Amino acid sequence: IPKLSIKKQLDTMSYWVEFTQLAADYKAVNLGQGFPDFSPPQFIQDAFCKAISGGPQMHQYTRGFGHPPLVKNLAKFFSRIVGHDIDPLEDILVTVGAYQALFCAFQALVDEGDEVIIVEPFFDCYQPMVVMAGGKAVYVPLRPVKGSTVLSSGDWILSAEELASKITSRTKAIVINTPNNPLGKVYKTEELQMIADLCIRHNLLCISDEVYEWLTYDGAKHVKIASLPGMWERTVTIGSAGKTFSATGWKVGWVISSGHLIKHMKTIHQNSIYHCATAAQEAVAHGFEREYEMFGNPESYFKQLPAMLHHKRKKLALCLQSMGLQPIMPEGGYFMITDISSVKVNLNDQSNTDEPFDFRFVKWLIKEKGLATIPVSAFYSPEHRKEFDKYIRFCFVKVHSTLSVKDSLLQLLWKMGQRVTD
Amino acid sequence: MSWKNVEYAVKLIVQVIMVAFTSLAADPSVVNLGQGFPDIPPPSYIKEGLAKAASEDRMNQYTRGFGHPSLVKALSQVYGKVYGRQIDPFKEILVTVGGYGSLFSTMQALVEEGDEVIIIEPFFDCYVPMVRMAGAKPVFIPLRLKPGKKTITSADWFLDPDELSSKFNSKTKAIIINTPNNPIGKIFTRDELQMIADLCIKHDTLCFSDEVYEWLVYKGHQHIKIATLPGMWDRTITISSAGKTFSVTGWKLGWSIGPEHLTKHLQTVMQNTLYTCATPLQEAVAQGLVLNYELMGQPECYFTSLAEELEVKRDRLATILQEAGMTPVIPEGGYFMLVDVTSLNLDLSHITDDEAYDYKFVKWMIKEKKLAAIPVTAFVGDESKKQFEKYIRFCFIKQDSTLEAAGNILKNWAKS
Repeated sequence: IPKLSIKKQLDTMSYWVEFTQLAADYKAVNLGQGFPDFSPPQFIQDAFCKAISGGPQMHQYTRGFGHPPLVKNLAKFFSRIVGHDIDPLEDILVTVGAYQALFCAFQALVDEGDEVIIVEPFFDCYQPMVVMAGGKAVYVPLRPVKGSTVLSSGDWILSAEELASKITSRTKAIVINTPNNPLGKVYKTEELQMIADLCIRHNLLCISDEVYEWLTYDGAKHVKIASLPGMWERTVTIGSAGKTFSATGWKVGWVISSGHLIKHMKTIHQNSIYHCATAAQEAVAHGFEREYEMFGNPESYFKQLPAMLHHKRKKLALCLQSMGLQPIMPEGGYFMITDISSVKVNLNDQSNTDEPFDFRFVKWLIKEKGLATIPVSAFYSPEHRKEFDKYIRFCFVKVHSTLSVKDSLLQLLWKMGQRVTD
Repeated sequence: MSWKNVEYAVKLIVQVIMVAFTSLAADPSVVNLGQGFPDIPPPSYIKEGLAKAASEDRMNQYTRGFGHPSLVKALSQVYGKVYGRQIDPFKEILVTVGGYGSLFSTMQALVEEGDEVIIIEPFFDCYVPMVRMAGAKPVFIPLRLKPGKKTITSADWFLDPDELSSKFNSKTKAIIINTPNNPIGKIFTRDELQMIADLCIKHDTLCFSDEVYEWLVYKGHQHIKIATLPGMWDRTITISSAGKTFSVTGWKLGWSIGPEHLTKHLQTVMQNTLYTCATPLQEAVAQGLVLNYELMGQPECYFTSLAEELEVKRDRLATILQEAGMTPVIPEGGYFMLVDVTSLNLDLSHITDDEAYDYKFVKWMIKEKKLAAIPVTAFVGDESKKQFEKYIRFCFIKQDSTLEAAGNILKNWAKS
């Protein structure tokens, strides 16, 4: 059998696969992986059913770059927000989830030897995708402002000097994620302006992962970097129907950008997947049509969803605080991270002292307490992992699990009171 | 990525075929026997299965990345029976976005920069850009027509053993085969597959077997999986499609089956490209497979009933074409039919575009006769264009009314 190169051993260790398996094995309450435990809203489920029972063309191939009703509605909806006339056929590519949109963007825009700046903590797929495109990942971390007593994701900031120092003649792009996974930070206009200034000055592209764009809390406002002056022609904005309509299993996403960038992504798409599923696209098209009419209205799902999750988020934070943990209140997104450095537990695990502390803690939490979370250093580069290994990530987009979480966390608290420090 | 150097060629190959002809044929007054998708409905239970799946909370959220558990288990069951071996649902199967996605995952996973990949002409057009995207070089070998036959069938097209052998060298990483073949409809015989297998084993080459039309086999023929030949399981990836199996091309689900040591690389690619496929669609396909597994061997089984339905359409289209003075190539499998248009003696020399004859013919036919087909030189490399430029491809997985409409056009054509 022919030998396969090292390149193909890219990211064979996936944290997700490992932790999901462990959570299943120990039947843990899963607050790790990011998906809702409730169904998508009725109007979009109805749209999907309508599509399924529609004419035979609903079950056959549609336009490869995006089902016409969907790209039309996306263009209409987002033109209003971005303040730019988006061409449905030229400026949009529909993909199999935002994940495939990211893949097309990196493949199309990153050449061999290019450097790509990734802001940490980052959704873990960015790094292997940069590598697969022949590029090199360069990292710059968000850092908590020292001395703040009320912990919020807004206290984590990007240093302009540190970011500028990472730019070289080989830098092709900067990747940002706002609202951020796992931290929940929602970049403010000034922060985006700082990044935009650097992109313009150094002629860089910006890949902006905005899948959680509708999930902002406490008055935080999501701002699209593509809407800043000089940024439309150099920004690739990624969105997700899964996160927008609480239907992660539908795997419908999109890229919106200037046509001259989209056309390269279309080539990648055409030679890898070519078409996305028709019926799901039809349903999402209806979803956006409805939301276009409802925009700004209290009936809008884009208002109702964050309002519902606002409470979940508060509840989880209180629970964690009552245990003596320090949650960092996210301004947006699906997740909350918690500082676990004050926890004194004997992890009972001498075999893996190489592994970061949070990895070991998460495994212990799954096995001993039946609670699954994700270690935050998984979202950091190898060079910065040790600095950020005292946080774990919870997903609070859960309606049904919250009660059992409280119980197991209280149990944990009780047990912890009886532990010897390690 | 090194493929960027040939981006122009990549775009040219794919765009010209599908994008250009799709828009030409999109005119509603055109009878479209071009692009390969059914205009007949899928079985009702498959649509109902999707509606039912979509109504369950959990089915609207992420499932297992390498394939929804109920689907990979159903695949393991169905194909375990077909292969006559135990297939591990978690280690030997990957669910992908259509057969297309399986081809992509396979090429990205197993083909390296500088490799050569043998492609048999005519070929499904995406093989070439995908091989190039992996940094490898496509090496072509044409199927050749046995001379002197009156009634032409796809079985009259064969691979010259010496010619095939000459294409293998130390750089050859894989050979791609497609059986039943698109566009010819050829089903490779056991002897032909054995010849390919012998060369794969001799040169330690992989085999990528595109079998998306595996159930569309007509009377008197049998689809054989090259992976079942001795020594081939360990070096073969077999690709299938829910879209072609259940007449739901718009669901875009497919799967790759192969040994763990190869499949695991495809799974890595999946993990780094789109991570997981849509859940409710996978659940519905799983149910469709389970239902038909129970019916296997019986006339109600969709795997056999669809082929019977299509055989009637195949024969109808062949008759229509023969009556119009054209020479159809009767396919042994699949849902396409090649037609030799030489005997029409259509003089297109007045069209000065630098295009092969079949491209000019098809464009002329769409415009003047309101009938769409696909030019076959779209499926071959440059050196074989002369050999195939008198052929066009028709798709016959169409309603009887569509075929009759084509029939009327062709009847009038014969008269004029």
